[in-house]
Amino acid sequence: MNNRLINWFKFASPQSFYPLAGKMLPWFVVLTVAFGLPALWLGFFVAPTDAVQGEGYRIIFIHVATSWMSMFVYCVMAFWAAIGITYNTRLSGMLTAALAPTGALFAFLSLWTGALWGKPMWGTWWVWDARLTSELILFFLYLGYIALTAALDDPRRADRAGGILALVGVVNVPVIYFSVKWWNTLHQGASVSLTKSPTMAHTMLWGMLLMALCLWMYTIAIALYRVRAIILERERHTTWVADLPEVKA
Amino acid sequence: MSALLAIVRRDLLLAARRKSEVLTALFFFMIVVSLFPLGIGPEADMLRKIAPGILWVAALLSAMLSLNRMFAADHQDGTLEQMALSPTPLALLVGGKVLAHWLVSGLPLVFLAPVLGIQFDLSARALGVLMISLLLGTPLLSLIGAIGAALTLGVRGGGVLLSLLVLPLYVPALIFGAGAVEADISGLGASGHLALLGAQLALALFFAPWAATAALRIALE
Repeated sequence: MNNRLINWFKFASPQSFYPLAGKMLPWFVVLTVAFGLPALWLGFFVAPTDAVQGEGYRIIFIHVATSWMSMFVYCVMAFWAAIGITYNTRLSGMLTAALAPTGALFAFLSLWTGALWGKPMWGTWWVWDARLTSELILFFLYLGYIALTAALDDPRRADRAGGILALVGVVNVPVIYFSVKWWNTLHQGASVSLTKSPTMAHTMLWGMLLMALCLWMYTIAIALYRVRAIILERERHTTWVADLPEVKA
Repeated sequence: MSALLAIVRRDLLLAARRKSEVLTALFFFMIVVSLFPLGIGPEADMLRKIAPGILWVAALLSAMLSLNRMFAADHQDGTLEQMALSPTPLALLVGGKVLAHWLVSGLPLVFLAPVLGIQFDLSARALGVLMISLLLGTPLLSLIGAIGAALTLGVRGGGVLLSLLVLPLYVPALIFGAGAVEADISGLGASGHLALLGAQLALALFFAPWAATAALRIALE
């Protein structure tokens, strides 16, 4: 018998993770709302109007949070992919697959809100800035992962091939970021500076942090929801799935 | 080491027997490069400016055209399984296949590029830098491409999927490869770009055969 507090490997089995995910899901939904409402309230009502940018800057609250999350989710995916390849656990691959659409969504939203913000602020929808370009490539990496796993019919092969792709991608993300950054400085100089932002009001910072936490909790909630669906789909031939009350009903 | 050489010799022999496949990729490179002046216009100043980027993008695309075939034939006739069972480490054999792919589809580009560069009115010095950047960069394309080729082995619609997987990973090679030539033209000196390209090559040389091997083993299961 093992004397650790929790035997983590117990939850590596889809059978025991499915009910656990079901129990955790409502809590993360509650946390999403609990962080999201004050974030929106701070962002829309409390944060002062920016002296230069007017009201339009308020898109920052969603834009910054989605950008952070799009990068973070890719790292989490790579983490689960590494676990999956090392321990050969089935659940890790399912979690990686469950996170990918959310990550791609965040990358897309980050680009989209960035364009909406860029038009009134810089007068253009798109600049070939280092951050925008590397975010775009990150979006392509997500699409590549989703396309690869969708093209492979055998789910186990899809998980493991996708895992290798996620790991190769995560090694490349810093290389891509710095190469784009140096390429950018060589080409266009400092026509648009994103880094020299004016000192931010505390309420703005809090709004962004709360929104990031809200999206983080949302990611966990939606990934748990999606992983439950994936488990049901892949384990539909087993007796424990057939015995589930929600399946019987 | 002799196993690696044997693989290289075998793949080169196979390529020599199917010349059209190799030549198609090279002609593709030449045609794509020649299309750009037709689309953009013949002003020498403009052409000189865009030449490095166009030559490099065309090199990426033509290297990608032949990636599909890196493992496909061996996978179909079962050779790949025998390689996986052989006492020689599979990563070494994969390295041999990558080397052969580069010799067939990367190295010719290095020698074709300066000829096409003349069409774009590049100076002799810039052509030299272009050759060096391609010499360092095309093996990188073969190495990264091998991972993609192994991952998409036996997948329906593998060709299009391969481009989606591999092209984003080619971005750093493109930036520093084309950047080296541009930096040389603008008088900044190309050594920094070339050093970074070389560093990427060293990294890929170490990691890519290993990742491609892991992907192959998944495909062979």
